[in-house]
Amino acid sequence: MSAVLKISNLHVNVGETPILKGVNMEIRQGEVHALMGPNGSGKSTLAYALAGHPNYTVTDGSIEIDGVNVTEMEADERARLGMFLAFQYPVVIPGVKVADFLRHAVSNIRNPDRKEGEGLIGMREFRKEIRERMNELGMDPEFARRYLNDGFSGGEKKRMEILQLAMLQPRFAILDETDSGLDSDAVRVVSEGLAKLSGPQMGVLIITHHERLLEFNPPQFTHVMLGGRIVETGDASLANELHANGYATVRARHPEAAAENAKAEAAAAV
Amino acid sequence: MIFVCLREFETDMSSTTIDISRTGFSSEVFEQFLATRSEPSWITDARRAAFDQYQNLLQSELDPEEFKRVDLRVFNAGKFRPSAGTVDSSSISTLLSDKTEFGGSVAHVNGQVTQATVSDQIRAQGVLFGELQGLMTTHRELLEPYFMKKAVQTDADRFSAWHAAFWTGGTLLYVPRNVEVALPLHSLIAHSRDGVADFSHTLIILEDGARATLLEETTSANDDIAGLHVGCVELIVGRDANLRYVQLQNWNQKSWHFAHQAGCVDSNASLQWTVVGLGSKLAHIHQDINLNGRAATAEVNGVTFVSDRQKISYYTQQHHKAQGTHSDLLYKEVLRDEARVIWRGMIKVDPAAQQTDGYQRSDALMLSDDARCDSIPGLEIEADDVKCTHGATTGRVDKEQIFYCMSRGIHRHEAMHMIVEGFFQKVYDRIPVEIVRETLSRTVQGKLGIESIAV
Repeated sequence: MSAVLKISNLHVNVGETPILKGVNMEIRQGEVHALMGPNGSGKSTLAYALAGHPNYTVTDGSIEIDGVNVTEMEADERARLGMFLAFQYPVVIPGVKVADFLRHAVSNIRNPDRKEGEGLIGMREFRKEIRERMNELGMDPEFARRYLNDGFSGGEKKRMEILQLAMLQPRFAILDETDSGLDSDAVRVVSEGLAKLSGPQMGVLIITHHERLLEFNPPQFTHVMLGGRIVETGDASLANELHANGYATVRARHPEAAAENAKAEAAAAV
Repeated sequence: MIFVCLREFETDMSSTTIDISRTGFSSEVFEQFLATRSEPSWITDARRAAFDQYQNLLQSELDPEEFKRVDLRVFNAGKFRPSAGTVDSSSISTLLSDKTEFGGSVAHVNGQVTQATVSDQIRAQGVLFGELQGLMTTHRELLEPYFMKKAVQTDADRFSAWHAAFWTGGTLLYVPRNVEVALPLHSLIAHSRDGVADFSHTLIILEDGARATLLEETTSANDDIAGLHVGCVELIVGRDANLRYVQLQNWNQKSWHFAHQAGCVDSNASLQWTVVGLGSKLAHIHQDINLNGRAATAEVNGVTFVSDRQKISYYTQQHHKAQGTHSDLLYKEVLRDEARVIWRGMIKVDPAAQQTDGYQRSDALMLSDDARCDSIPGLEIEADDVKCTHGATTGRVDKEQIFYCMSRGIHRHEAMHMIVEGFFQKVYDRIPVEIVRETLSRTVQGKLGIESIAV
């Protein structure tokens, strides 16, 4: 039976400022959801809140993975339950080799009961696997020896996120503008990579402004966020419509949320 | 009870002379110490001269440049005495001694040598490796010209004079011309008793074209004893010679560590020197790198990890005295809790040292808001055709890095460990001996509070 990522009435503050004001969403393994919305609508906040970033405080509502309430859990516990966030801005960790980082990550994800400092996945097995995945994603094996995201180009960083996704095989993957800041070749590589990886075992939430990622990964559901709420949900055609016409019609249909969004955008611009 | 002898110099620079009767190491203590020794008169004479200098130096203030951030008010020398009598070395555990094959080993406990071994093969090469005090007597002509004359001067300050008066035991490594010692050698300096004052000395002399590696470590038998180490390290590297020297300071957190350490590097020779600071309550290390001959090279690595209320102070000087010399110093410090590190680094270039290439850098990583690091690089250049670069950074562990690791299922402490290891990686990469790198990694993990070890 497929598991569900269930987001119920989620309210999230950043500091004192409420950003999400009651988000509801259900993502099943095997489904692809698109999350769209103008700047300031709360898309990235939702992504960070789902992953468990400490700066994003849940003030009401809940997040459940397969019936387990993870709202109060730390990021690592959530990851071990199958949550994955592909970062919009992947973090540089100087001096830590990609392979070492991923070996630790894979060891924890595959053996969720592993205690800190306990044995890691076998080196030979791990090496073989990472080489295969890198090969599939068209990555130079030399990457495994580089320091994580240190001196990586924008495209290399995003590809590294996809490699991690491939190695960790989460039940739920959130891609936060994984296609932003990339040239069209890089977007294609990332889009194809994701398409290869997603399947019946993975529920995907794609946060994007662009259509390329969705072209390769057609969503069954498209959600539109405005002013910290999901204001509309439709199928792939809604995504296409938004790409074609922008958010003006959505704003017109939801004037109250649009006003709140405008306020948030203005505050962010200060 | 004898009162504190050394004062704090930050607040009161004018009255730093002290009453000798309150130092804890009076003439009486010195005479008692001499009475326990049976050594040739030339050594005793040198001790007496050094003790006179010590008494005089106590009357003058310590160099404020070097000591103004080192708070010695709580240091009570009177609590410590040189050890006499037999010692038991069985309870000493070390980080390095059983980790690899060594060509020889010298072990000190409480300032006395308890073991000195060297392989027949190395002995057959003409190498002298063993207890310094015995070899000084049997090889006076060879060693007297070096001992506290070339690298560390007796009258450098009160600590060097104190050491010269009271030194015992010691490790000597002498490698003849063009001889290569293939296996690394090991030296251990341990404390096993509360209140022990240890004045062990390390003297390494590499004749022209010689090559050797010495790994030295300090340790305390348990966490409860308070020890005092007033040490001295002298590294003499002849023309075209190559020395790799590691000192891994791993006392318990009740120990005091004062050390004068100096290397002299001759033409085309190279010195790779790694200083590791993990232990001690308070440590002050004066490290001089003298590039004496043309195209001499020194690479200096520092790995420091302090926790709780530990304080470690380094005063480093890269002194370029000849043309075309090269020095490269990289110190990395990690601090947690309320620990403190002081690093004062100087590159000095003499007028004759044209085409010098000097580099120094110190990077500190803070794991807590209460830790503090002062890094003060400096240049003093008297030649006009040189390349000297220096820098220092201080940073904190980035919360976003921790979150990123955790979002991949990695536990918080493991993430912290990974980031700290990553921070040290650049200096680890420069440490030429693998077991030292491995040992450091394990020890760092221990200091981070992670019990078991993942390899």
